[in-house]
Amino acid sequence: MTQANRDELAREAGKHTHHFHGGLRLRHNKKISCQDSVERPPLPDLLIVPLLQHAGDSAEPYVNAGDHVLKGQQIGHCQPCAAIHSPVSGYVEAVENHPISHHSGQQGPCVLIRPDGDERWVELKPVLDWKTADPEQLIGQMQNCGIAGLGGAVFPTHAKARDGRDRKIHTLILNGSECEPYISCDEMLMREQPDKIVLGSRILRRALGAERVVIAIEDQMGAVREALTHAAECAECKSISVVKVTKIYPEGGERQLIQVLTGLEVPAGGRPSDLGMVCQNVATAAAVADAVVEGKPLIERYITVTGNGISHPRNFQALIGTSFSHLVDICGGYTDDVARLVVGGPMMGYPVASDATPVVKASNCILALTQQDIAEPQVEMPCIRCGECARVCPATLLPQQLNLQIRNGLWEQVEEYGLSACIECGCCDFVCPSHIPLVEWFRYGKGQLRKRASETGATGRARQRFENREARLLREKQERAEKMAQRKRMLKDKAKQQDRIRASIERAGNKGRDIPEAEKTNGKSDDT
Amino acid sequence: MTRNFQTSGAPHMPPQTTVATVMLQVLLALVPGVLAYTWFFGPGILIQIMLATVFALIFESLMLRLRGRPLKPFINDYSAVLTAVLFALCIPPLAPWWISCIAMLFAIVFAKHLYGGLGQNVFNPAMVGYVVVLISFPQAMTAWLPPLALAEHGLGLLDSLFTIFSGRVPVEGGWDAITLATPLDTLKTGVESGRMVPEIRNSPIFGDYGGLGWEWVANWFALGGLFLLYKRVISWQVPLAVIGGVILLSLPFWLADPDSNPFPLQHVFSGALVLAAFFIATDPVSGCVSNKGRLIFGAGVAIITLVIRRWGGYPDGVAFAVLLMNMAAPLIDRYTRPRMYGE
Repeated sequence: MTQANRDELAREAGKHTHHFHGGLRLRHNKKISCQDSVERPPLPDLLIVPLLQHAGDSAEPYVNAGDHVLKGQQIGHCQPCAAIHSPVSGYVEAVENHPISHHSGQQGPCVLIRPDGDERWVELKPVLDWKTADPEQLIGQMQNCGIAGLGGAVFPTHAKARDGRDRKIHTLILNGSECEPYISCDEMLMREQPDKIVLGSRILRRALGAERVVIAIEDQMGAVREALTHAAECAECKSISVVKVTKIYPEGGERQLIQVLTGLEVPAGGRPSDLGMVCQNVATAAAVADAVVEGKPLIERYITVTGNGISHPRNFQALIGTSFSHLVDICGGYTDDVARLVVGGPMMGYPVASDATPVVKASNCILALTQQDIAEPQVEMPCIRCGECARVCPATLLPQQLNLQIRNGLWEQVEEYGLSACIECGCCDFVCPSHIPLVEWFRYGKGQLRKRASETGATGRARQRFENREARLLREKQERAEKMAQRKRMLKDKAKQQDRIRASIERAGNKGRDIPEAEKTNGKSDDT
Repeated sequence: MTRNFQTSGAPHMPPQTTVATVMLQVLLALVPGVLAYTWFFGPGILIQIMLATVFALIFESLMLRLRGRPLKPFINDYSAVLTAVLFALCIPPLAPWWISCIAMLFAIVFAKHLYGGLGQNVFNPAMVGYVVVLISFPQAMTAWLPPLALAEHGLGLLDSLFTIFSGRVPVEGGWDAITLATPLDTLKTGVESGRMVPEIRNSPIFGDYGGLGWEWVANWFALGGLFLLYKRVISWQVPLAVIGGVILLSLPFWLADPDSNPFPLQHVFSGALVLAAFFIATDPVSGCVSNKGRLIFGAGVAIITLVIRRWGGYPDGVAFAVLLMNMAAPLIDRYTRPRMYGE
C-alpha cells in the first residue's frame, strides 16, 4: 500500500467498517445499570483526592492541612501531567497516604478534604469565544483545567492535542464504544449530554486543527445514535459523523477502533497521529466543553456502579475523591454474596482491596462481582499449545510462545515476537484452557524489557564515558608529544639560526675569505 | 462502613474451558469411529482401548509421583487416556496384551514425562508408542482381522479376551484362520509382484474407495473430526492439508499410471489417514502454532505418508510421517511467525 493510498483510507475513516483480528463476543450486561437516569450523589463527608492519578510521578500538593479550599481550586501540580483541583469547598484535613486504585500498588498520597457545605466555586475563567480563540489558548485551558483521557488511560489531553497539532492531524476520533461488559457510563453520557459531547468535539477539532470528527458508538446502543446525530445538526457540524461499529471486545481499544474505522493499522511502536488521527474518549470531549466554555476544571465524572454484587446498579455523576463505599451505599449496598470489587470492567479491570478507595479521573466503573461471576481459583496447568490465545489476540501475537520465552528469560526472542505490541486486553487469558495468567506474565515481561533497556542504556552511557575519556587521554598524550616535538624542532631551528647569525658575524669579521666554504662548514655542523 | 475484599488478577470471569474439557471433547469425537470399528471388526478394539488406558494411567501416576507433581489435576486432564485410545486405534484388535504395556511405557514415560510432561513433548506420544511396537514386534503388529462380513470365524468378546491374554486363537487353524492382510498391504505386495491395481482391487477386501469396512470407520472418524472443527478444538488447516495434500499429490501418479497407482480417494480411505488427519496430526503440543505452519505441517505429513506407501517398507506410513513432522515443527514455527499488528 502506498503512502497516498494509506492517507486516503485514513481520511475516509468511518465510511466503511472493517474487522480486526481475533477478539471476543462477550455478554455485555450493560442494561442493568442503565435503568435510572444519572444523578449526582449527596455530598460525602470526606473527599480523598489522590495526587497520583495516572502512570508516572504523582503531583506536588499546593495545600497543607488546615487550609481552606474553594470548589475548583487547584490543589496539585506536576509539569507534564494534568492539574488536580478540589472537588468541593472545604478544609484540607490532611495530606497523607491512603488506599488508591492505581496499578502501582495499594497506597498513594492523597489530599483529604472535609466539605464545608457551601459549594463555593473558585473564580472560573472560561475562554470567551472558543470559535475565534487561538488553538494554543484552548490547549492551555485544557491543561489548566486538568483534562485527561477519561477512557481509562488518563493521558493528559493537552499533551495529546499539542502533539496532534504538531503532526498535522486530519481526523479526530471520539471513542464511544466501551467494549468491556458491564460498563455503561459513556453510553449514559452520550444519551444524556449529546450536545456537550458534540460541542467538546468541535472545540477539540479546532484545538487540533483537524478537518473531521468521527464519533464511534456500538451498534447496540439504541438511542445514542439518534441523540448524537440530532445534537450534531448545525451549520458547522457537517464534518461530524456518527458511526456504528460491531461490538467485539476489545474494539474500544484505540488501535482496534482505528483498524475498524479505516482498515489501517497503527505502525508498531507508533501512534495514531502517524495516520493523521487522534483518539479521544467521548467523556473527555464533554470535559473539554466544560473547561473551555464554562471554565470548569475536571472535578467530576460519570461512573457506573454495577455487577451482581450491587443491589441496585446505576450510573452517577460523582466528584473525584468520593469513596466507592459512599456510592455503593446509595445503590442500596452490596448483595450478600458479593466476593470481589473491581475498578473497570471484568476483562481489564483491577481489583481493589477496600471500598474506601476514592474515585479518580480514570474510574469508569465500580464492579462488584459475586462468587458465581468469578472463577474458583483455578489450578494452572502447563500450556498445551492449543493456539486459542493466538486466535483471539487482537495484536496477532503468539501469546503461548511469548509466555514460554518470558518464563525462560529469552528476552531477544520476546522482543522479536512483539511483546511491546500487547495491549493487555486479556482475551488470551480468558480463553486459555490451562488457566495460565498470561497477561500477568506479559506485564512482568514488559517490566523486564524496560529494565533491560534502561540497564543497557546505563551501561552504554558508562561505556561511552569511558571511551570518551580514553580518547581524550590519548589525544592529550598525542598533543603533548606533538608539542614536545615541535618545541625540539623550534630549539633546533633556533640553534641553527644562532649558528647562522654567528656564521654571518664571522663572515662579516673575516672579509675577503671564501664565503661558500664558510657556508659549507656551517652546513656540515648543522648535519651533525 | 468500609469493607475489604480479596484481590486476584483479571479477567474476572470464569474461564471458558479447561484442558480436561478439550481432551474430553476429542475423546467424545472418537466415539462414532470406535463404534463403527467395533461393528466392522468385532469387540477386540474395545479390549485394546481398556488395556491401553489402564497401562497409560498406571505409568502416568507413577511418573507424576516420581516427578513430585500433584496427581489429581494431571490424571483428571484425560491426556493420558487420549494417548491410550489413539494408540489402541492403530494396532490390530487382537494384539497381545503386553503390546499395550510396552507401547504405553514408551509413550507416557519416554515420549511424555521424560520430555517434561503435559505440553512439553516434542513427539506425539501415541505415535511414539505405536512405532516402537511396530518396529519391535512386526509379527504381532500385522495380525489384522478381516471385516466380520468376510470372516469365517468372527471372535466374540470372550474369545477376543482369551486371544489377547493367551496369544492363542480358540478356533481351528489358529492365527492363519482368522487374520488377513490389510487392503494397503495387499495392494503393496500386489503391485510389487507386478499385478495391476484394478485387478488387485477385485479382491473382496476392497470397498468402494478404500478397504471394506475401513472406509466406513474412516467416515465416522471424519464425522467426529467435523465435530471438533465445529467446536474449534482443532483448526481446519491440518486436516485440509493432510487429506488435500494426499489427493493432490497422488492424482498425477494415478493419472500417469492407473495400473500401478491407486486412485487418490483410495489413499484417503485406507489405513489411518483420516484418523491421523483429524486426531493425530492435529495434536497441538507436538504440532505447529501458526495457521501457515499448520498447513505446512499437514502437507508434510501427506507427502511423507505417500512416499512411504509408494516406496517405503511399510504399507502405511502415517505414524512415521507425523513423527518426522513433529521434529520439523519448531523449525516451521520459527519461519511462519504471523505478522504482528502494525508490523
